[in-house]
Amino acid sequence: MKEQSRKQHPEEDQPREQEVPTVPEAATADDLEDLLDEIDEVLEENAEEFVRNYVQKGGE
Amino acid sequence: MSPGRTSGHPTVLGTETEFGISITGRTQDSAVLSSGLVVQSSPDGTPVRWSLGEESPGRDARGRRYTVPVDVDPDALNALLPNGARLYVDHAHPEYSTPECLGARQAALYDKVGELALGRAARNTQRLLSGEERVSIYKNNSDGKGNSYGAHENYLIDRSVPFGDIVDYLTTFLVTRQIFTGSGKVGAENGRPAVSYQISQRADFFETRVGLETTIRRPIINTRDEPHSDPDRFRRLHVIIGDANRSELQTFLKLGATAMLLAAIEDEVLPDKLELADPVEATWGVSHDPDLTTRLRLVDGSSASALELQWQYLDWLTKYSEAASRPDEGVLDLWRGVLEDLEVDPLRTADRLDWTAKLRMMRAYQAREGIDWDHAKVRALDLQYHDVDPARGLYDRLVARGSMQRLFNDDEVAAALGDPPRETRAYFRGRCVEKFGSSIMSANWDSLVFDTGEATYKRVPMMDPLRGSAERVKRVLDTSTDVASLIRALGSEE
Repeated sequence: MKEQSRKQHPEEDQPREQEVPTVPEAATADDLEDLLDEIDEVLEENAEEFVRNYVQKGGE
Repeated sequence: MSPGRTSGHPTVLGTETEFGISITGRTQDSAVLSSGLVVQSSPDGTPVRWSLGEESPGRDARGRRYTVPVDVDPDALNALLPNGARLYVDHAHPEYSTPECLGARQAALYDKVGELALGRAARNTQRLLSGEERVSIYKNNSDGKGNSYGAHENYLIDRSVPFGDIVDYLTTFLVTRQIFTGSGKVGAENGRPAVSYQISQRADFFETRVGLETTIRRPIINTRDEPHSDPDRFRRLHVIIGDANRSELQTFLKLGATAMLLAAIEDEVLPDKLELADPVEATWGVSHDPDLTTRLRLVDGSSASALELQWQYLDWLTKYSEAASRPDEGVLDLWRGVLEDLEVDPLRTADRLDWTAKLRMMRAYQAREGIDWDHAKVRALDLQYHDVDPARGLYDRLVARGSMQRLFNDDEVAAALGDPPRETRAYFRGRCVEKFGSSIMSANWDSLVFDTGEATYKRVPMMDPLRGSAERVKRVLDTSTDVASLIRALGSEE
């Protein structure tokens, strides 16, 4: 699933250079690229339907 | 000296979390049934009837009493865990209540254990479902469609503290702490003005300053006065305005800072109420301002940002902690670091706070995909951050790649699913569940009722949250071979 988006970023398989990974001051798209690919794997195929169907009853 | 935190000792506290639940691919989906299925499937829970005898959700801290329609189902699914926690169905959600904990660090650990407990229950549930169906559990507080479910904090405080003092000194703190307690949310709900992204999952649902309700017209200060302990000595402050957090540091900071503020209120050391002109409007305003620039009006005519007000609280509590030689468990340093980074650029806190971690991820994803806030994928990402399944939760992905700091490791969390806190009555409850679970006829926070095989059931009252600790009952529990000998031994100890 979502092969397409992963193919767009084959270079992301290589380790990336990062200065200090725990200080996200330079919050550019770059240092999250590998995670963004993972997001595509995890997100439901049909995001719209997934979001629409998530309906909860109020609680507490 | 407060009975809830004998001088120099941390507060007794705990959390209750209602989890979001969905079973996709199900033709007939009842949230209540789904929640029941999950609770029932827990490999860790011992089913126990929950006794409502001592509970009084209609008792109001302002001294009045209300008749509340409590939808009590005596057969409602309820389980106790060997760590002294409770896992049950509340309304249409699986809910996990931590055991009574001593100090914010311990409470944050047992809060995190709830994710593990629900994750394990969901995995067992999945085995009962057909191929097309999939169960997911979310630690969040809103479905994005106007329905909110709670994450409540409980703090044990001295009954002698006037409730009016709590209202006066706590309100502005609760409104402004959102900048480090929020879990972040796309869009607005409940009739609030449109916004791309806001700090809190819950803020939109708060509509009044003080009140008893938790499901409608939610109040910033909740007045439910149900101490689950000796009502002459204790009050349990029920804080309903927080978000459920996945970040361990954030849960710790939320609980630690709030507990310390309450201690300072008890000790009457706060010099000013910092009273807001309109706390409800300020609640929405703070949450709808991820740039942290909004000015809040105070009753004295001045104005301040949420950050400035939080700096003021931190300053007071730092001095209080030094003067009272009060251990802070590292809360003050964490708090200071978070405020400093929020001031420079909120995204600098993305390794500690859920709302900024999620915001950073969303912005990066939007930039790459060329999509905007209203895109379904962004909303899906919003949900997916909170999925407690480590293979699917985006919070867990951040942890796995070292982008999110942790306070605990997996082994500590797993151990705390089996072991109760040693310092509170949860120790007695948890050990009894583990050793004599089948003899427990019913339970409540302040008692256990056992069937010893004798003519009458034996009720063990636990009205003091600090009694029943390992120090007091471990030997008796270790040496009792059956529940009858346990009860006899407890009787001779009194």
